[in-house]
Amino acid sequence: MGIRWDEILITGDPLILGSQIAIALSMIGVVALITYLKRWRWLWREWLTSVDHKRIGIMYIIAAVLMFFRGGIDGLMMKVQTSQPEMQFLDSQHYNEVFTTHGVIMILFMAMPMLIGLMNVIVPLQIGARDVAYPRLNALSFWLFFAGAMLFNISFVVGGSPDAGWTAYFPLAGKEFSPSIGNNFYAVSLQIAGIGTLMSGINFIVTILKMRAPGMTLMKMPMFTWTTFIASVIIVAAFPIFTVALGLMTFDRIFGSHFFTLSGGGLDMLWANLFWLWGHPEVYIVVLPAFGMFSEIFATFSRKSLYGYKSMVGSIVGIALLSMLVWVHHFYTMGAGPAVNSIFSITTMMIAVPTGVKMFNWLFTMRRGRIRFTNAMLWALAFIPCFLIGGVTGVMLGMGAADFQYHNTLFLVAHFHYTLIPGVVFAVFGALYYWWPKMFGVMLNEKIGRWHFWLFVIGFNATFMPMFFLGLDGAVRRSYTYSAETGFAPLFLVSAIGSLIMALGFAAFCYNIYWSFRYGKRDVPSDPWGARTLEWSTASPVQGYNFAKLPVVNKLDAFWHMKKEGKGLSLDAKEIDEIHMPTNSGIPIVMGGLFFVAGFLLVFEWLAAAGIATLAIFATMIYYSFKDDAGYHLSKQEVADKERSWRMKEEEVHTYVERG
Amino acid sequence: MRRIRNLMFLAMMSAVVLLSGCDTSLTVFEPAGPAARSIMELINWSLVWMLLVVVVVLTLFIVIIWKYRDRKDRAAEEPPEEHGSKLLEVIWTAIPVVIVILLAVPTVQTLYALEEVPEEYADKEPIVIHVTSADWKWIFSYPEYDIETVNYVNIPAGTPVDFRLTSASTMQSFWVPQLGGQKYTMGKMETQLYLVADRPGSYWGKNTNFNGRGYSEMEFEVLALSDEEFDEWVADVHRVAPTLTEEQYEEILLPSHLGRMTFTGTHLQWVDHADMHSPSYTNPELYYNHGYKGKTFEEADNYKNRREDHAHGDHEIGNSQHEETHSANERTQPQLGGEHDGH
Repeated sequence: MGIRWDEILITGDPLILGSQIAIALSMIGVVALITYLKRWRWLWREWLTSVDHKRIGIMYIIAAVLMFFRGGIDGLMMKVQTSQPEMQFLDSQHYNEVFTTHGVIMILFMAMPMLIGLMNVIVPLQIGARDVAYPRLNALSFWLFFAGAMLFNISFVVGGSPDAGWTAYFPLAGKEFSPSIGNNFYAVSLQIAGIGTLMSGINFIVTILKMRAPGMTLMKMPMFTWTTFIASVIIVAAFPIFTVALGLMTFDRIFGSHFFTLSGGGLDMLWANLFWLWGHPEVYIVVLPAFGMFSEIFATFSRKSLYGYKSMVGSIVGIALLSMLVWVHHFYTMGAGPAVNSIFSITTMMIAVPTGVKMFNWLFTMRRGRIRFTNAMLWALAFIPCFLIGGVTGVMLGMGAADFQYHNTLFLVAHFHYTLIPGVVFAVFGALYYWWPKMFGVMLNEKIGRWHFWLFVIGFNATFMPMFFLGLDGAVRRSYTYSAETGFAPLFLVSAIGSLIMALGFAAFCYNIYWSFRYGKRDVPSDPWGARTLEWSTASPVQGYNFAKLPVVNKLDAFWHMKKEGKGLSLDAKEIDEIHMPTNSGIPIVMGGLFFVAGFLLVFEWLAAAGIATLAIFATMIYYSFKDDAGYHLSKQEVADKERSWRMKEEEVHTYVERG
Repeated sequence: MRRIRNLMFLAMMSAVVLLSGCDTSLTVFEPAGPAARSIMELINWSLVWMLLVVVVVLTLFIVIIWKYRDRKDRAAEEPPEEHGSKLLEVIWTAIPVVIVILLAVPTVQTLYALEEVPEEYADKEPIVIHVTSADWKWIFSYPEYDIETVNYVNIPAGTPVDFRLTSASTMQSFWVPQLGGQKYTMGKMETQLYLVADRPGSYWGKNTNFNGRGYSEMEFEVLALSDEEFDEWVADVHRVAPTLTEEQYEEILLPSHLGRMTFTGTHLQWVDHADMHSPSYTNPELYYNHGYKGKTFEEADNYKNRREDHAHGDHEIGNSQHEETHSANERTQPQLGGEHDGH
């Protein structure tokens, strides 16, 4: 097979050598720590093999926070490199690798798992279900995502990082212009993670359609559940396109086919079309659930139900439909002609209409409310002005003719950071402050949270606002340096300083996580915020089976009305029954490992070995399908003990009744 | 209190920032040709409406969070149950629809207008200049004047130029912000862009579409000359510039940074990269940077095969794959490579 062992590790760059040492040391450190604490068995039984949607969700979130760190470091390196003209911190090749991994990691390995993690934790609780429809498939989704993420992340120290941008445009990303295997990592690891995401999408669609609590009709679902549902539909519609595109990319790169190449009749425009046919809906896959989170937060902290619920649902459905019809706006400059560009300009600008409807409904949710400025609410509030700027510049970019002057400049970069950071990152931070007690039974610190909030929001604006002006002045994206004569230097410096402030904000958040586990108030009541939806009608942290008795719903904001009417809050010991639970399984993590190995071998083009590893994946699937596992039952006594212990606490709105 | 003031400050900042877009010295707002000017007018039109949207939403936002904030004296107050208002929903659906229409109409008009010779210059016969982007340089061919230049293009001011864009390598984007919007250059196909410079001057152009390690430096100058100066330049070129040879041209196409070059003759006599059946000019081995090398593939339509064909007469061109193309290429063409490693 001609494996060149001496070329596998990347050598010759002090930054990369430093990372290699740091990675090796921290891996040894983690292994040593777990061994010292004798936590291996616990880790395996309670977490790695868990099929509990809450634990899987938390693992997603942990992975996403780590990826946020990695992607953030990439971003900072870019900002340092461009802070001054002709800066020598990174060379061109290194910069290209860094912006490529920054993009891929932030979208696919930070935003996606963060949102899917929160969906996992919250959605089954919001619809009053005991788990997702397919718990073990859910675990497999996570491990496939994790295998893909790890495979992608090792690229910069082993084999070489992808360097053709997160869009991997052909022919650049093909073997003709990128002969090292860096872009194989892109093709293969995103494929693996993408399969996991597709499974998540299917899982959530089935869960939401089939497992809602009795009485919860579709139009009585909480908004976060609605947005998760619609995002899952988009996942199922859009991800197969990416699967196919990546498959064709793999053929081109590893087997020498000519789908997108310059030679042999390949069509580079085909890649751009397929990529954005997935890529644009992908933006809404991450932003819609975030809209749902904001909806929950606005309603809770205004003490009002969501204004215009029906038109909110209508607008997310509208956004979802339009999201599939706008992909050409990513390349108006391809010369498809004025008719095509006109149509796509109009569909693109039309997205502003449902988005505007949502904006006004959020504002009117707060009107006549009683607004509490908790940290969760602050993130939601900051979202409005920041996302507004992202939105209006989006309309400007959507105007095909004007786009000829914005395209590929920093104006565009500023725009999408103004949509994705307020739209996703602010949402996730708000959601974490909001749902943290539900996930862990401890609160995050509000005071540290203020530092986190103000540093991050100010830093964010200082980083990206200057980029609008740089873009209009002709500064292009993805350029590793610029000359002093351009006059770009002052604004680039402001932007770099902004990014450091933003990084401090993130550090404050990390400290807050540490603080909450070290000093945070324990024994928080099940409903610390005075919230409205069903996830607050059970313990914090939530017990494994979620609900001892499935709640009955007859209104929107079911839990709010339960509290108001004093109905459904008490549990009678006689109502408790045995609960059927799925058993944990090691197969998902094993399959994740096999996918990683097969993917790694495929990336290095060691085809025979990759084939054997692929056979092992199929063997595991066959073994799995013949395994008979009916789950197990929690006894009445266990459930009763658990319920009594959390319902009898002070300040608890829930009660436990025992007679006879 | 402080929080509110911060938010007001934020709102004011946003307004200032958006307003200032209209009269600064930003390149996009300093058009020197009809295409760039019509785009700027469109941008300004959109800025007005977007500013209106920003002001309305921010005002609502500030008023609402100020008026309905939680205060001690409101602690007992229970907000009303309300579920929305059909009238309001209709209003805030209809107004954005109107704004979208107001923006869409001039957008469509401009999109169509940009595909034509600009109206004010419609009576002038355009000159044709072929633009070929390669890694990492711009090649300009003047078939009417039999001239080829690299990394600069001289045009007569006040005459429309019909740029025919194509690429000898990756997908790139041809942008001269002061003269007009950008368009992609793509191998084996042609895109077209009409630009006019109103007055003589030097305008800076750039590739905006990332294409590998030499991307940042891939710039060129458009020098608009008066008609007399342009004719003089054409005559000068024919007097002093060397004739472009095929070998020289192939060398120019290798991945490298070059300074400015001027030739008589154009490469169009050997190859038109816009033709979908033209040979490919790819040299994968010259792009290898670091990391683990994968296999590369020998392409049947590569220009090297053609040359091999010339040299060995009956050599059969096949779609043969070479696991170690690196060494295979070294065998067939020792004269390439060398210094042209792109650094």
